[in-house]
Amino acid sequence: MRITQGTFSFLPDLTDAEITAQIQYALDNKWPCSVEFTDDPHPRNVYWDMWGLPMFDLADAAGVLAEVNACRKAKPEQYIRLNAYNANYGKQTVALSFIVQRPSDEPGFRLDRQDTHDRTINYTLHPYAADAPPGRRYNGQQ
Amino acid sequence: MADTEVNGSKKKKKVDRWSAGVIPYAEMGYWLPDYQPKDSDILCAFRITPQPGVPPEEAGAAVAGESSTATWTVVWTDRLTAHETYQAKCYRVDPVPNTEGQYIAYIAYNIDLFEEGSIANLTSSIIGNVFGFKALKALRLEDMRIPLHYVKTFQGPAHGIIMEREYLDKFGRPLLGATTKPKLGLSARNYGRVVYEALRGGLDFTKDDENINSQPFMRWRDRYLYSMEGVNKAIAATGEVKGHYLNVTAGTMEDMYERATFAKEVGTVIIMIDLTIGYTAIQSMAKFARANSLILHLHRAGHGTYTRQKNHGVNFRVIAKWMRLAGVDHIHAGTVVGKLEGDPNATAGYYDTCREMKQPINPVKGIYFDQDWGSMPGMMPVASGGIHAAQMGDLLHYLGEDVVLQFGGGTIGHPMGIASGAEANRVALEAMIKARNEGRDYRKEAQDILKAAAKKCPALDVALSTWGDISFNYESTDIPDVVETPTSV
Repeated sequence: MRITQGTFSFLPDLTDAEITAQIQYALDNKWPCSVEFTDDPHPRNVYWDMWGLPMFDLADAAGVLAEVNACRKAKPEQYIRLNAYNANYGKQTVALSFIVQRPSDEPGFRLDRQDTHDRTINYTLHPYAADAPPGRRYNGQQ
Repeated sequence: MADTEVNGSKKKKKVDRWSAGVIPYAEMGYWLPDYQPKDSDILCAFRITPQPGVPPEEAGAAVAGESSTATWTVVWTDRLTAHETYQAKCYRVDPVPNTEGQYIAYIAYNIDLFEEGSIANLTSSIIGNVFGFKALKALRLEDMRIPLHYVKTFQGPAHGIIMEREYLDKFGRPLLGATTKPKLGLSARNYGRVVYEALRGGLDFTKDDENINSQPFMRWRDRYLYSMEGVNKAIAATGEVKGHYLNVTAGTMEDMYERATFAKEVGTVIIMIDLTIGYTAIQSMAKFARANSLILHLHRAGHGTYTRQKNHGVNFRVIAKWMRLAGVDHIHAGTVVGKLEGDPNATAGYYDTCREMKQPINPVKGIYFDQDWGSMPGMMPVASGGIHAAQMGDLLHYLGEDVVLQFGGGTIGHPMGIASGAEANRVALEAMIKARNEGRDYRKEAQDILKAAAKKCPALDVALSTWGDISFNYESTDIPDVVETPTSV
């Protein structure tokens, strides 16, 4: 399966040139970028690990892309996303967030159903990858 | 003001304010052209169409009087009060450009006239009696300035746009939804199938229609259970947060609380109500929604009966203001390009009312007053009704990013199936956002952008060939009076 979190998951994976264009859009809006990675794709896993701090003072799109590539090199089998953050009063939230790397194989999720009362079912979403400990989940790699 | 017919009685000359009998409202202090509105006053702009022979100032004063302290005759008991404070004041009357017999009357109301945090009380005054008033042929509430002092007495949206996006983990693009069709008649089991297919295909939300409550063909509890099976299965298929607006509208508050409580128990992220339940019920459900982490969607069922005609009723921008105060998170606010009424400028005004923190006066958008919302969260406007993937460029241009685009027929009617319809919409949307961010003139190049995306997505290709040339070009009945004209500056 293909996890469809993020702004552009229904499009073919973005090339580095396309990623750079999106970074430029963020920087033009004065949105600092940040890179995050995870090997737990559960949709309620909010806090992906930070690849360093948000790049508040980096105004160069190539510099941001270099951080994306450094993260890819260190975490070749994890999900990596690029975030742009709008700190303006009244927003103060993520403005754009899209996946820039996926593991080579995405096994997806198991849906567990627990029958409770009066035909009500409790649902639990379980990422197959989470059966292995963190850091050894996708092909046993980082 | 001599020889003016008011309420059918002729007044020959100016009389003492406190003489028993009937005197013109304007002479009772309800017409005060020198009045400087206070920052804390509630201001209204009414479109008035006086009966023949009634001067516009008197008509404006009558509206001020009847919507505040006055009755049809002088009462001595006014003198037991600080009546000058409590009287609403009509302070300005402007003729409507190019429209004979219509005027915009501006009326100021002291904040003490209204109970804190009550839309019911606010509206019982402002639109309570006065719309049936005989001295007027027609009356329309065009806009209101709600002072920040009064704004702060309301809860406001249960979550607001930002919390909703963070909760759903969806950023940088409009959200996508679809209303389950056919709106009536599906069994609960079949209904859940539509939910599952549309969500797994790529939508963020599916939705009950306004008139899906609890009918013989599908009772509410069954619908909730099957819909949540569809929602959870789609979450597992995509790894995304998704939701189905479970309509909790019912005949009594007790029933609504029962349904909303069960909706919470089965784990939905969002519930829905109809405008027909009434302002107080809406405020109650907004409290419930905030207390129980449920996003609250409002369908504006019935609003067209009083918002559409230009000379009489309440403009939708006022309803939107009331609903933001009342505390809903979503409100249907027009599509511009779809099958339902919606002038682009007027719709832009509604969208601003939903989303902005401050709204400056803007006659082109139909905004009569500066409005300061303070830090009250925005509502997500919902565009629904006759929209499809081929219009994505126009939709993004007119409606922006913080909006739910709901393609009902445009999802479920897809020749390859519901999931393909959903996929087509999602691909079209993401392709358009990507192109916009890349700096392309996405509106002008929209068809090229969509065709390029369709090369890698057969579902979008089929959607474009099915609906590519469908449009609804009818003239709007409700447009602002002021049109943008080029200036030489």
